[in-house]
Amino acid sequence: MTTTLETAGGVKVVKPTVASHIRDYWGRVRGGDLGSLPAALGLVILVAIFGSARPDTFFSPGNFANLFNQAAGVTMIAMGLIFVLLLGEIDLSAGFASGVCGAVMAILLTEKGYPEVVALVAALVTGVVIGLLLGVLVAKVNIPSFVVTLASFLAFQGVLLNILGEGKNISIPDGFIKSLNKDSLPVTWSWILAIGSVAIFALVQFLRFRGRASRGLVTEPIGIILLRIAGIAALLLTTTAVLTQERAINTAIASLKGVPIAAPVIGGFLVLWTFVLGRTTYGRHVYAVGGNAEAARRAGIPVDRIRISVFVIGSFMAAVGGVMLVSRAGSVDPNTGGSSTLLYSVGAAVIGGTSLFGGKGKIIHAVIGGAVIAVIDNGMFLLEYSSGTRYMFTGIILLIAAGVDALARRRAAASGNR
Amino acid sequence: MAATPLLELRGIDKSFGPVQVLHDVELSVFPGEVTALVGDNGAGKSTLVKCVSGIYPIDAGTVTFDGKQVSIHSPREAADLGIEVVYQDLALCDNLDIVQNMFLGREKTRGIVLDEPTMEQMAGETLASLSVRTVKSLRQLVASLSGGQRQTVAIAKAVLWNSRVVILDEPTAALGVAQTAQVLELVRRLADNGLGVVLISHNMNDVFAVSDRIAALYLGRMAAQVKASDVTHAQIVELITGGRSGNLGLPPEKPTDFVDITPGADQ
Repeated sequence: MTTTLETAGGVKVVKPTVASHIRDYWGRVRGGDLGSLPAALGLVILVAIFGSARPDTFFSPGNFANLFNQAAGVTMIAMGLIFVLLLGEIDLSAGFASGVCGAVMAILLTEKGYPEVVALVAALVTGVVIGLLLGVLVAKVNIPSFVVTLASFLAFQGVLLNILGEGKNISIPDGFIKSLNKDSLPVTWSWILAIGSVAIFALVQFLRFRGRASRGLVTEPIGIILLRIAGIAALLLTTTAVLTQERAINTAIASLKGVPIAAPVIGGFLVLWTFVLGRTTYGRHVYAVGGNAEAARRAGIPVDRIRISVFVIGSFMAAVGGVMLVSRAGSVDPNTGGSSTLLYSVGAAVIGGTSLFGGKGKIIHAVIGGAVIAVIDNGMFLLEYSSGTRYMFTGIILLIAAGVDALARRRAAASGNR
Repeated sequence: MAATPLLELRGIDKSFGPVQVLHDVELSVFPGEVTALVGDNGAGKSTLVKCVSGIYPIDAGTVTFDGKQVSIHSPREAADLGIEVVYQDLALCDNLDIVQNMFLGREKTRGIVLDEPTMEQMAGETLASLSVRTVKSLRQLVASLSGGQRQTVAIAKAVLWNSRVVILDEPTAALGVAQTAQVLELVRRLADNGLGVVLISHNMNDVFAVSDRIAALYLGRMAAQVKASDVTHAQIVELITGGRSGNLGLPPEKPTDFVDITPGADQ
């Protein structure tokens, strides 16, 4: 039972209903367009497992707040990597690039005594410069990104060692930068932020609905829009309610409640990059180059410039990630951004649902994937597994995610839904 | 039928290094007509198209568009004049939907934000003007379309910009019988809407089904440009394979055109 409807110019299309919408979504999933569904399901399963094994520690508000701080650095780097992955390229140097940017910031703050703003901007500019260098080498000199970034992975590790000095550890002073990934917002502001976000989301959804309806275009069924707003509201308000609980162990010394500052930082970049990818010409061109570079070139899109730009955004976000990592640790050392940081970041993007083959991915994938990684790390730590076991388990999860991506592509090719 | 051609090429030469690919080629495209461009592999069809669309610069000759002599240096300039090319290998992005593909590289914006409702409306109107009346959704990914539907989107993309000449490079090469008929019908409709259409094809049935004129290239020379109603299937095949057919086509080669390469012939 389908009713058709005339849209712009009289093209007949099927009128969507809530049921058909859900059916379409399920059809896309069956056809290999999984998006972040596996990651979201995985997240629920992992939370259930860890929660039942350690109900009092894993489900405590303190641990929940901790997850945001734990995930922040990796999630930021993963957001940048998604731009790179969308073109089917890779940036292996993002981890140490974040370390280098963090070190630049720490040195300017401490040894040179610059104000925080200068140090922060310098770190971000360092990221942009690194991205420009990588992008030009890949797009103009035509060295495969794997090789360029593998070389810079090594080189940046060396840069970090040299500017910090062997085995040295620079602590950053208290202040805005240190509180970024450590402190929480006051309770009032937490609520204002949460309620404000829900209201703006609802407003944007309704405005889009009205804009389309007034031109006689096909609109999503109102039920779906209401469901979506209700879902976001439930998620944000529950999170805020949990995070505004008292989580200090001894309230006599200090009170600790409110949404971690890291949460709005993650949310802000999520909104910013989602807007850039989804609603601007630039974002459209990134998808086009990732989907079919030749078609993009013939459509007059400057393919080389797009290619350079994604590396710039990638390294810029690595710098932001570096700031978050340094802020959380309160210091920078030659291993900042090293060890598992890069692999966790690529893992976060891929686990979240971004394809390694280019053309498919959303910024939200970095957040969902980052949450999966943080939950594994956090939960297994609470279960007192060694870091060796945690690495092995995370590796297996990443392999499963990449496998799901590859199988979904095969399925998509078979169902003509490439 | 209009008497003046919309696009007229005169004396086009094009060489790649020592190899001359096009010799003194002439071609006229009339509005409201389908001109079929035929020729064997390597005859220079694709090169000619790339010269017209600004991908290759021409070495000599003139291009006249709508009565004015023009020089085209880039695909963008060709598009600005109103010349659009639909390529054989379909310049569509699988990961984008119909509307996104049709506006690729020329997105409508309001401020910095993409103006999706306007684009969707224009795309819908264009598809409707081509009598495409059944798609599941304008927001369907191109990957999920059939070959014929994809070709339709590629053609619709070309006519979206009030283009005046549409060049189709083998639009039916990869299609089944029913889809071929669908696309040919669309090609005919473009001409009936007053556009000048150039159809490059290997398939004689397709050529005779829709074209008003046939231009045959033979080894980089224009063998003949004739009305489709004046020639037979066999004559066109002769023009393609031999460059001439009866009193049509290139003058027969004289013995002096040949160089004797028999070993020892000089002695």
